[in-house]
Amino acid sequence: MSEDQTPERERTGWDAAVAIAKGMGTVFKQTFRSDNTEQYPNEIVPSPERSHVGRHLLNRHENGLEKCIGCELCAFACPADAIWVEGADNDPADPVSPGERYAKDYQINYLRCIMCGLCVEACPTRALTLTNNYEMAYTSREDAVLTKEQLLEPPPPLGTVEVDREGR
Amino acid sequence: MDWIDWLLLVARIVIVFFALLIAVLLYIWVERKVIADMQTRTGPMRAGPRGVLITLADGIKLFFKEGITPTDADRPVYLLAPVLAILPAFLAFAVIPFGTGVTIAGREVPFQLADLNVGVLWILGMTSLGVYAVVLAGWSSGSNYPLLGGVRSSAQMISYEVGMGLALVSVLMYSGHLSMSEIVEAQGRVWNVIPQFPAFVVFLVCALAETNRPPFDLAEAETELVAGFHTEYSGITFAMFYLGEYVNTVTVSAVAVTLFLGGWRGYWPFHGAWEWLGPLLWFLLKITAVIYVFILVRATLPRMRYDRLMNFGWKVLIPFGLFWVLATGAIVVLPERYGRARGSAIAVAAIVGVGLLLSMLAPLLKDRQEVPA
Repeated sequence: MSEDQTPERERTGWDAAVAIAKGMGTVFKQTFRSDNTEQYPNEIVPSPERSHVGRHLLNRHENGLEKCIGCELCAFACPADAIWVEGADNDPADPVSPGERYAKDYQINYLRCIMCGLCVEACPTRALTLTNNYEMAYTSREDAVLTKEQLLEPPPPLGTVEVDREGR
Repeated sequence: MDWIDWLLLVARIVIVFFALLIAVLLYIWVERKVIADMQTRTGPMRAGPRGVLITLADGIKLFFKEGITPTDADRPVYLLAPVLAILPAFLAFAVIPFGTGVTIAGREVPFQLADLNVGVLWILGMTSLGVYAVVLAGWSSGSNYPLLGGVRSSAQMISYEVGMGLALVSVLMYSGHLSMSEIVEAQGRVWNVIPQFPAFVVFLVCALAETNRPPFDLAEAETELVAGFHTEYSGITFAMFYLGEYVNTVTVSAVAVTLFLGGWRGYWPFHGAWEWLGPLLWFLLKITAVIYVFILVRATLPRMRYDRLMNFGWKVLIPFGLFWVLATGAIVVLPERYGRARGSAIAVAAIVGVGLLLSMLAPLLKDRQEVPA
């Protein structure tokens, strides 16, 4: 309705009343649509299998060696300063990862993490990926900092972690 | 009056009071559920079956929360305001007839607390008192946003009260009574909503504005005024405002039902012992219908801008209300004077003529901002 178009008929109170009635009819029709709400703690709907929206996972090579080389690029990329990496030299006789370096310590603080995925983009060896597990509720600050051992394991299935499920 | 009369009176008061409380509990739940349904959500689900106890849970939570009084607040007035919000809302319901009545121990017990012969004036008076709650709360909070909300709502509620009064006046003229029970009696053949439809629409719009419901909830516009007049209230005082607002809505829909929708009148096949139940159920059904319309309006319409709200009240509703009062006068008086057929014809001709004249004059009264170059 720009000004160079032919001017429309002036809108009257009757037009407004018709518009309001139409709007109320549209809203009323919405009543009969099915609801989108998921009753979360009672009925747990998993996010799509290949979605990358949840907890991190430290991957391994097929021969069991860790992919992480302790480069700390993920920690540098992290805007929330949620990742702590401590690199160390591999023992050539019993290497943890292929190459010279490996991560001696690796922690992610989920009270800080904002799930932006920049760490995953920064990782040169695809060692760090996101999973589709969205259950990241913890009852203490210590629990919210996941250690390297926990991050190496795939997250437990949805609904199995014993946290305080209020109201279930 | 002996002690049985007193007992029955007290029992009625207590029952109506708690029925209103329960009605509000259910109404808030219904409102949240219905609006959720319209937005493809489920609404509250956790407290009780399908969340029916959510209002009770909220009330208990608010009751045990700390009530904070700001340092700058005028403490007595600040604490008085929520009481003023709640009291008139309950009192206004006293004159509403919600059924025919029963006979207990040989005594007629009407389903109405007090059949005042000026019932409609009582309603107007009580709804006007509700303005004080908002104004005093806004003024005594000692804070900017509540003050703005209070000022806005005082202007809004007073303006719309005029329109509401005009709608009521035409109903009074049509039925010839001020008492609520007699107005219901007068609607035996046809409900007032049919001959008085324009007044009904004006009344509904003004009722929305009077009770501060969307789209007229400028007093508490959360996006601009941070909840307006009750910004500084917390805990039980906030709960009282909330309760008062919803009791007001129930009362206003009860008034609409009584004045326009035939009150407790409706079809009921059973006679004898259960005859009193039918009118009661019809009354509840009609109130529910009116409240559903209120909820639908809330779910649909966005909040009005303040200047347009005032324009609408003063330049549309009040002139139209005045016109309709005149028209009602013509409808009532002319058939009496000139006989049924001729009088009705004159009345219709007069209404159409005046309407045409007004619609021709209306452009002259418009804002003259579009001056042709």
